[in-house]
Amino acid sequence: MPSPFDGTLIVMPAFNEEEVVGNVVREVLGTFPGIHCLVVDDGSSDATSAEAAAAGAIVASLPFNLGVGGAMRVGFKYALEHGYANVIQIDSDGQHDPVGVPALIEQLETHDLVLGARFAGEGEYSVRGPRRWAMLMLSSILSRLAGTRLTDTTSGFRASGPRAVRLFAAHYPAEYLGDTVESLVIAARARLTVSQVAVAMRPRAGGRPSHNPFKAAIYLGRAVMALFIALLRPPVILPSEASTR
Amino acid sequence: MTIATYLLGVFSALLTLGVVIEMLRRRRLRERHAVWWLLAGTLALLVGLFPDILGWAASLVGVAVPTNLIFFVSMAVLFLVSIQHSAELTDLETKTRVLAETAALQQLRIEELEKSIRKES
Repeated sequence: MPSPFDGTLIVMPAFNEEEVVGNVVREVLGTFPGIHCLVVDDGSSDATSAEAAAAGAIVASLPFNLGVGGAMRVGFKYALEHGYANVIQIDSDGQHDPVGVPALIEQLETHDLVLGARFAGEGEYSVRGPRRWAMLMLSSILSRLAGTRLTDTTSGFRASGPRAVRLFAAHYPAEYLGDTVESLVIAARARLTVSQVAVAMRPRAGGRPSHNPFKAAIYLGRAVMALFIALLRPPVILPSEASTR
Repeated sequence: MTIATYLLGVFSALLTLGVVIEMLRRRRLRERHAVWWLLAGTLALLVGLFPDILGWAASLVGVAVPTNLIFFVSMAVLFLVSIQHSAELTDLETKTRVLAETAALQQLRIEELEKSIRKES
């Protein structure tokens, strides 16, 4: 029986999330029967792998921590090797509500990369201070580059279509902030079409986002630097379908 | 100071910055390693363009001969970069060791799996 989720792989990078990852996987698999879910255990020192596998996910365990970008590269390569057309990235901490998934998949019919945006009206989510300025600056520059209005460029809830999966399996950046900022620059410059869909966000199950102004200022600096360097670099060309490996 | 030494200072600073930025562009240098070199290059460029900054900074921290401040700052930067490299090297060695262990254990698992399959058939 074909389901609309055939050919779609959910990828969850997870680092020390044993408390929540099981429930997040069960929620995703329960909401969308037949969908496949790959948890990339990013060198966790706890039972993240075991919890994810027990919940029914395919689990890839990295021998040490590579960061979200490195974990996503594994996800994209797995998707390409196993013939998945679309990859949907969801955080393993339960922050992203899986009800947003069908909207993202629908948008993939007309676009290559779809971001789940937190500030586009749905749900409750707010940030203040330098972190907010950083996000505003990033969205205004990246919107211009992508030729569409993007309000939440650092969102970790995003869907990649077949062309984006091919591009990212070869060129996804593993640098800090590269997985969100530089990946958008790479996609836009490889002439992929980018779009965004409003999604509801839940407060994180464990821990709270920091509001330390000093850390936020450093974040702003690193974001500016990541964007500046990404823009300096020569554009990557989308690999042809034959030479993807 | 002659115009020639002034230009020498400015051009060598620009050359350093140019090399670092070009290597970043070609992905031969990661951001986190480039930060120190960018900082050093920018400082050198500032002092090259406005040599008066050097005298002012030297008197501010109580260094009698301004050139000595240059030597001190350059050595401090080189020292810090060198420490960072040692730390990164240690990190990389640990990671290669972990990779080698993982590879060896996987090889063993594969061989054992092959043996058990052969027995069954």
